Amino acid sequence: MAEHKETGSVGHIAPAKLYVAIWAILTALTLTTVLVSLVDIGPMNVVVALVIATIKGTLVVLFFMHLRYSPKLTMATVVAAMFWLFLLLSLTMTDYLTRAWPTYPGH
Amino acid sequence: MATSDIGDIQVAERALQHHFADMEQQRDTASFGMWMFLLTEIMFFGGLFCAYLVYRASYYHAFVEGSQKMNITLGATNTAVLICSSLTMALGVRAAQMGKPKLMVILLLITIVFGFGFLGIKAVEYHEHWVNHEFPGPSFHFETGDPAHPATDPQHTEIYFSLYWAMTGLHALHMVIGIGLVAWLVIAGLMGAYTPHYYNPVENVGLYWHFVDLVWIYLFPMLYLISKKHGG
Repeated sequence: MAEHKETGSVGHIAPAKLYVAIWAILTALTLTTVLVSLVDIGPMNVVVALVIATIKGTLVVLFFMHLRYSPKLTMATVVAAMFWLFLLLSLTMTDYLTRAWPTYPGH
Repeated sequence: MATSDIGDIQVAERALQHHFADMEQQRDTASFGMWMFLLTEIMFFGGLFCAYLVYRASYYHAFVEGSQKMNITLGATNTAVLICSSLTMALGVRAAQMGKPKLMVILLLITIVFGFGFLGIKAVEYHEHWVNHEFPGPSFHFETGDPAHPATDPQHTEIYFSLYWAMTGLHALHMVIGIGLVAWLVIAGLMGAYTPHYYNPVENVGLYWHFVDLVWIYLFPMLYLISKKHGG
């Protein structure tokens, strides 16, 4: 974006309009997720709610938390955090979700 | 303007710690340290989210019944309040970057007002749950109102409420700490501590505030929304 100021000593300053635009998108997504939750669309309710939450979270991290303008080391830290959280949730659930599988006699 | 620049650079020289080469390295290091702390916070809340997933998978119908008791209007309002507070926080950090301390102080004070607004609405919700005996412990009482699933155990719904209170309570504690940190920025800002060359504390408290918002962005759908229409 042309209006972004890039200066080494002061750090990146994003335009105020960008922050207001992000706020508007976040508010619209909140309204959307609430309205969708009032309609029964079966298992898709969970999917839609978590996808919208992830879009909102990504916007917050990229723009409000300046990740888009941060050093690569910071980006690597965030990716590591996401990966670690993925390990925690996925490995735990592979255990708990498979405990009720039928057992076969003789095996 | 020139005088103010010289003043800024003098403040910056005082702010530069001797073990850093320059202000940019110092700022990147401070920011990296804050992100490392937030990484541990993700694992902290991640453990609770993990517990929630495990118990929701095990006692699905009991969790559906519990989440019927959530006040979606208040929860959605609180989500909006937090998003507004994140906007004023981001604009406050921007004001600090641009060397506008008065604007920064005003925006941070608005952020604090939103923060108290969130806690106030949360307190109303907590009070509702408390008087309805939806607090885990000896006073917990829950009627299984769903005739389609008469086998639902109130004790399993009690687990839902345990997780609800633990997760939102830990989040509210972070809000209280965040309000304290922002108040500290306001006082330091009034004393002229921050310049466009040195605003690390503003940036880092901003990161903390947005992170707390981020946690709520996931708490709101998980606790309030996803089980609302799964009664059948």
